Amino acid sequence: MSLLSVESLNVWFDLDIGGELHAVQGVGFELEPGERLGLVGESGCGKTTTVLGLLGLLPSSASVAGRVLLNGVDILAGGEETIRPHRWVDLAIVFQGAMNALNPVKTVGSQIVEVLELHEQARGREAKARTGELLDSVGIPADRAERFPHEFSGGMRQRAAIAMALACNPSVLIADEPTTALDVMVQAQILELLDSLCSDFGLALLLVTHDLPVVAELCDRAAVMYAGEIVEQGPVDALYHEPRHPYTRLLFAATPDLYGEGVPASIPGAPPRLDRPLVGCPFHTRCDRAFARCVDERPLLKELDGDRSAACHLNDIVAEVV
Amino acid sequence: MTGRRDFRQEVGLREDGAHPLMAVEDLVVCYPVARGLAGTLARRPHRFVHAVEGVSFAVKRGELLALVGESGCGKTTTAQAVLRLVEPVSGRIEFDGRDITPLHTRALRPLRRRMQLIYQDPYESLDPRLSVRAAVEEPLLIHRLGGSKDDRREHVREALARVELNPPELFLDRYPHELSGGQRQRVAIAASIVLGPDLLVADEPVSMLDVSVRAGILSLLDRLREGGLGILMITHDLSTAARFADRIAVMYLGRIVEEGPAQSVVRNPQHPYTKALLSVVPRRDPRERSKREILSGEAPDAVRIPSGCRFHPRCPIAIADCKQIDPALEPAGAGAGHAAACIRV
Repeated sequence: MSLLSVESLNVWFDLDIGGELHAVQGVGFELEPGERLGLVGESGCGKTTTVLGLLGLLPSSASVAGRVLLNGVDILAGGEETIRPHRWVDLAIVFQGAMNALNPVKTVGSQIVEVLELHEQARGREAKARTGELLDSVGIPADRAERFPHEFSGGMRQRAAIAMALACNPSVLIADEPTTALDVMVQAQILELLDSLCSDFGLALLLVTHDLPVVAELCDRAAVMYAGEIVEQGPVDALYHEPRHPYTRLLFAATPDLYGEGVPASIPGAPPRLDRPLVGCPFHTRCDRAFARCVDERPLLKELDGDRSAACHLNDIVAEVV
Repeated sequence: MTGRRDFRQEVGLREDGAHPLMAVEDLVVCYPVARGLAGTLARRPHRFVHAVEGVSFAVKRGELLALVGESGCGKTTTAQAVLRLVEPVSGRIEFDGRDITPLHTRALRPLRRRMQLIYQDPYESLDPRLSVRAAVEEPLLIHRLGGSKDDRREHVREALARVELNPPELFLDRYPHELSGGQRQRVAIAASIVLGPDLLVADEPVSMLDVSVRAGILSLLDRLREGGLGILMITHDLSTAARFADRIAVMYLGRIVEEGPAQSVVRNPQHPYTKALLSVVPRRDPRERSKREILSGEAPDAVRIPSGCRFHPRCPIAIADCKQIDPALEPAGAGAGHAAACIRV
């Protein structure tokens, strides 16, 4: 039994103009204690909707189906009532713009105290002491608790947001683009912090990002999303060295590398619209290996050897998608 | 002739016999910090953000120079000053051999056509009410160029073809909201090159775009460069600079601390700041996970610049002298045209 297991998660949005947008299409993955999983993809692929969906944080225009098992218990089954006891307590989230996650008119410390009191972790003096410890654990001197968010730099604010997420000792930390707005040196500091939180406390990390190198740097495994579904999943090393889905290979090839050879190549075309049913493989219009079957038949995510899976017809034909 | 000029010739910043397309010498830009009402009444002294403090570089025709650094290092201010969009306090900006520093708005106008800016965000830089045709034609109308209506149409079609929006007819009557991010940035570039500029200043031209389309925009800039344009690209992304720039200049707190051929700077960095910066760039290949040299803290703000070498408070190899001596950008012994500002190099 996994710590967190997401099974065929689907999210639809009602559109103002009528119709539905099928933003997340049968997404599933598992997370073990202390494991770091990267959920990677480009804008609009459904990665953020996936994590908001599994936390029950989507607006009312969204309908969610699927199972989210936390230690074997489906927390999605009873809606808000069954999710609420676990949100922040077991599953905590850190958002991209840390400035938006923090209240600008309250001190950073008081906001963490509030979380502790709200979730009945600690009160009064004890909560203050715990806040100091939390800030200390993310590398912020405890005496900064009395400062306001605007007095913090971008990196410090992101650390404070992480401290707040850790307030209830969650077993899973979900980080949505945690380093995207940050400079490379500050990004490195935050990645190192996340790394040590996972190794030292056994925290499981679900890292949502568009940035493949950040996933390669920090994660054990990754799930690559395209057009609302996971098209390939596996150990990060295998995804880079032996991709089994053309999108994974092309996405790596489009990513510039400091010492890489050759010039990165873009992927022509654009992702399909998700407000109409998809026919065939969602990637076939951009794929350099598409053949007749890809146009008509949608490939399913299949288990492959080496602890991985991919949704590509080529895997039925050749041993390896080169 | 000053020592600085000698150095510039020595490291080959000047082209043999000819002048570079753009040369910047000892550029200084600072902004006053608002004192607030209380500060004004109390007559507190004016304080300044020393955004750019003595920056020199050159861009040749057919060359892409990447100005890299973290936010607040002064790279965008430098680019704006080069285009005379902000006024430098001192320094000299030469464009095509001509000192444009003393020129006023009217005298600058004909030169503006020859130096064009590409913005970061193609979602903001295009007017949502203008069709692609109108957006690309507008610069011609503003500069009263392009001849007759039919001639202008032809210029617009050509510009769209050059940015690989093919066939142009398919795009002429579309509006920004009908275009993808990559297509928008191509339209913005078309509107810049329709005037036939010599210099493009691209401020983070791909950072708002998806990874799968970034390479296409960068390759497009690369082809424009091959066609003879000089390009000054501002970026925080060292991997992009490494792959697409001819030369890289690394900025820290308003100074260029290292400059040289892109591959030389990336593979043989000399300045401890460049070394640290390169060590933390995440790599595509998980097997290449780097041995990171993480600097603590963040760059101090540019109001209080440290004494001596401005990097010394964060420098892993600083010695006592570094607190006193403000190092000049000097040949670093790492090959021709590679310079660093560090007394320990």
